[in-house]
Amino acid sequence: MSAVETQVKEAKPLLSKKDRKLMVDPLNDNNPITVQVLGICSALAVTTQLKPTMVMAISVMAVVVLSNFIISLMRNTIPSRIRIIVQLTVVSVLVILVDQILKAFVYDVSKQLSVFVGLIITNCIVMGRLEAFAMGNKPGPSILDGFGNSIGYAWIILAVAFCRELFGSGKLLGFQVIPDAVYEMGYVNNGLMLIPAGALFVIAIIIWIQRSLNTKLEEA
Amino acid sequence: MLFLASDLISIFVRSIFIDNMIFAYFLGMCSYLAVSKDVKTAIGLGAAVIFVLGVTVPINWLLLNGVLKEGALAGLHPSFAEVDLSFLAFIMFIATIASMVQLVEMIIEKVSPALYGSLGIFLPLIAVNCSILGGSLFMQERDYTLAEASVFGLGSGVGWLIAIVAIAAIRMKIRYSDVPKPLRGLGITFIITGLMGIAFMSFLGINL
Repeated sequence: MSAVETQVKEAKPLLSKKDRKLMVDPLNDNNPITVQVLGICSALAVTTQLKPTMVMAISVMAVVVLSNFIISLMRNTIPSRIRIIVQLTVVSVLVILVDQILKAFVYDVSKQLSVFVGLIITNCIVMGRLEAFAMGNKPGPSILDGFGNSIGYAWIILAVAFCRELFGSGKLLGFQVIPDAVYEMGYVNNGLMLIPAGALFVIAIIIWIQRSLNTKLEEA
Repeated sequence: MLFLASDLISIFVRSIFIDNMIFAYFLGMCSYLAVSKDVKTAIGLGAAVIFVLGVTVPINWLLLNGVLKEGALAGLHPSFAEVDLSFLAFIMFIATIASMVQLVEMIIEKVSPALYGSLGIFLPLIAVNCSILGGSLFMQERDYTLAEASVFGLGSGVGWLIAIVAIAAIRMKIRYSDVPKPLRGLGITFIITGLMGIAFMSFLGINL
């Protein structure tokens, strides 16, 4: 994670402490999945394999950052009564773009993700960040907030996908990593990881570990 | 006709138990986790979801097949026969959903102010409840007919209600259990949901 920080820091020497907080906070203390409890739907459904998960993480990042930026630009002109519809329209335009791009360049992954690309529209992270941040902040910080939150989202779903693909089918990114010799000794893939419930257990364990290390996140 | 009816019942039961929105697809998890602390609120939200799903899926079917699909606009003018607008499906679906949610919000505010008060900010969130949009997207992907789409919408809603009411009841009980501290709240809810998902998998063998 420090690599990301320094990169941004070099690119923008003016990045203040507050801006850095925007980027770093969502990685742990204010993680969109494990702390804010947003965007769980897609986090769990696409994570049986690493490759579609990566595509998903990148797509979500594009949508979150761009929609945060656009809504932040328009924030003073949106009447508050219809803001949800305005936000949904902006987000769905972006998602249609992402969907068309995926269909054009990585068709097989797009087929695999099926409805879950469309469901980025209703991914709570997108709406949650728009409501909580972009509506009240300038475009610059909004972009950083978008990056921070989507990286926070990405590392959780990549971790889940890593566990599920490794233990569920003994592969990573489609390549077998657990040698045949181990299978001959009687090792069996864990079928639990492949069913939907497996994702829930993996994410619960991640939450457990995170909250044991970071005790201020514990719930009463 | 008899065949059709049994087909519809099969879709209904499938969408409640086997293809349950929560346990098989994790759709609508955000509000499922946030509003499941109390059974009464859970029932209210579940009912709202059933209504919105039951209405939006058929409406979206009509829009999809009457406006967006290739050739659907041919009746207006022959030159429209090759127009395929189905890439606009997302935006069309979400517009229908957002306006239906607004409607439900107004109805609940008039009919039951108490429920309105307890659902609070979660009502507008139905608009961004993944299970609603998911219902319409599955309808598009699986090429349902209008009757199938309506039944599927209702069934998914009922399945969602069952899931949220069950987890709300369990969470009320679990308050008195000795859960490891870091696992309290969110963590244990995930684990229970997983166990419930496994329990629901036992419906897989049912063949109607």
